[in-house]
Amino acid sequence: MKSRRSRKFIEWALLGSTWLALPALLLIIIFIFLGALPAFESVGLGALLTGEEWRPTKELYGLLPSVLGTLMVTGIALVIVFPVGLGLALFLTEAAPAWGARLIRRALELLAGIPSVVYGFFGIIVLVPVLRQLFGGSGFSAVTGGVVLAIMVLPTMVTLSEDALRAVPSEYRAGSLALGATHWQTVTRVVLPSAIPGISAGLVLAMGRAIGETMAMIMVVGNITGMPTSLFGPVRTLTGNIAIEMKYATGIHQSTLYAAGVFLLVTIIILNLILNSLFRRREARQ
Amino acid sequence: MKGAKDWREMIGWSSLWLAAGLSVLSLGAILWYILSRGLSAVSLEFLTQAPRRLGSEGGIFPTIVSTLYVTAVAMAMAVPVSLGTAIYLREYMRPSPAERLIRFSLQVLAGIPSIVFGLFGFTFFVIKLRMGFSVVAGGLTLAIMVLPTLIRAFEEAIATVPREYREASLALGADRWQTVRRIVLPTANPGLLTGIVLAIGRAVGESAAVILTAGSAMRMPVFPTDQARTMTVHLYILATEGLSDVHAYGTAAVLIVMVLLLNQLTTVTRARRRGEPRTR
Repeated sequence: MKSRRSRKFIEWALLGSTWLALPALLLIIIFIFLGALPAFESVGLGALLTGEEWRPTKELYGLLPSVLGTLMVTGIALVIVFPVGLGLALFLTEAAPAWGARLIRRALELLAGIPSVVYGFFGIIVLVPVLRQLFGGSGFSAVTGGVVLAIMVLPTMVTLSEDALRAVPSEYRAGSLALGATHWQTVTRVVLPSAIPGISAGLVLAMGRAIGETMAMIMVVGNITGMPTSLFGPVRTLTGNIAIEMKYATGIHQSTLYAAGVFLLVTIIILNLILNSLFRRREARQ
Repeated sequence: MKGAKDWREMIGWSSLWLAAGLSVLSLGAILWYILSRGLSAVSLEFLTQAPRRLGSEGGIFPTIVSTLYVTAVAMAMAVPVSLGTAIYLREYMRPSPAERLIRFSLQVLAGIPSIVFGLFGFTFFVIKLRMGFSVVAGGLTLAIMVLPTLIRAFEEAIATVPREYREASLALGADRWQTVRRIVLPTANPGLLTGIVLAIGRAVGESAAVILTAGSAMRMPVFPTDQARTMTVHLYILATEGLSDVHAYGTAAVLIVMVLLLNQLTTVTRARRRGEPRTR
């Protein structure tokens, strides 16, 4: 009798901990949204998203400069990480000798584990001076941020692409080779096309991580509040805007930072819905 | 014609090798650049003394303690909850809309930018619950943040336990909880440890969520209600305010060494997983 009651207790405890995750998520969404409400009411969604000026002292709360900043660094990062990440995944599945694959895997694990501030620091001491030499200006720029981000999201891109490539049924490969195609033709015309949903999933996940990165970006992108003028000029990201101003912002100013949080949350939820549909498509194909 | 094709394929294959070489090289460059400059700044004094003059002199001892303190609070909260969730999802729950809802919320939780966790922690723990910038506020925020990582890792570890083990246990008259506790968890143990090590790595490396919840005061935290400046926050402040390059390199080197050690730990736990599960 006693053991049955304790067993029931354990099951309830397990169930309880399971149901902690969902309220946690809801709580986060509710708090961020409530915080953003005053900004949506008094500034307005349109003015927040399309306003070109961010000057809290003059009550101008345009988030467009930081939205553009985030899009620029993310775009640059994806342009770099897509070919390199896919190349690495192909290398791991098609070309690497055992020692090479082991080396790459260890390297990627390490890359994934290094704290983002260390990347930001590396950006400050190495990339910023290099870019200053090459392109002039301060060296703190969207491109610097994009390069740092590309290194940071590389492990995500490679891991998901590799999974996708490995999930391609071996019959496809065998069929292609049996028809007389070379290894390279098989890889580029049979294996790669059937792995596209999984590879896109990797890209979407990498995008989510890139959009969310904060401290490393603050350290290397310059953080100006005006509209970005060029890829080699300073920008400010949406995440950086929150981190820099949250501690001293009050009133509507503070509320607009929550609004930035809402934009980030909505973006991540949309990306996750895309991700799920990609995974469903991949399962349907196999 | 055939020659041209061979030529193009050669370029294809060599570009794969190039991508591989390039990434290993850039990792090597980052590690070498920081470690070669940073390790010379690291000494016993650096590791055991308090910072002086805003961190441009002295050591980083309080920031190491802060990092470990905040991480320990986070893990103490997150590990039991995650283990419970993983066990429930894997061993008790059948596929259902509720199960899909939980999984989707975990997936979204995993993707939320750390600064949003920071914003939430700041609003809820620091302001609403009046914890102020403190070790607990930082620890609780990190706990929510590592939840999805831990649950995913625990689930995978539990999934590696062969079905036959459970069937044999149940056939011998053990109930479901006994099977979980005596058979499934011991067998999954190396995988569970790997998950914990990975989560510790994430907590140690986090900065955005921590700076808004644990604060950045440079004192030694004693009580959980004290402010804490973690190593990552310290490095961020040193690097952006140009206080001391030497100390920034040193702090970065210590962080990297910590990550290398944690990585080494996961290879050990993984190697144990690959071996035969121990039977008693």
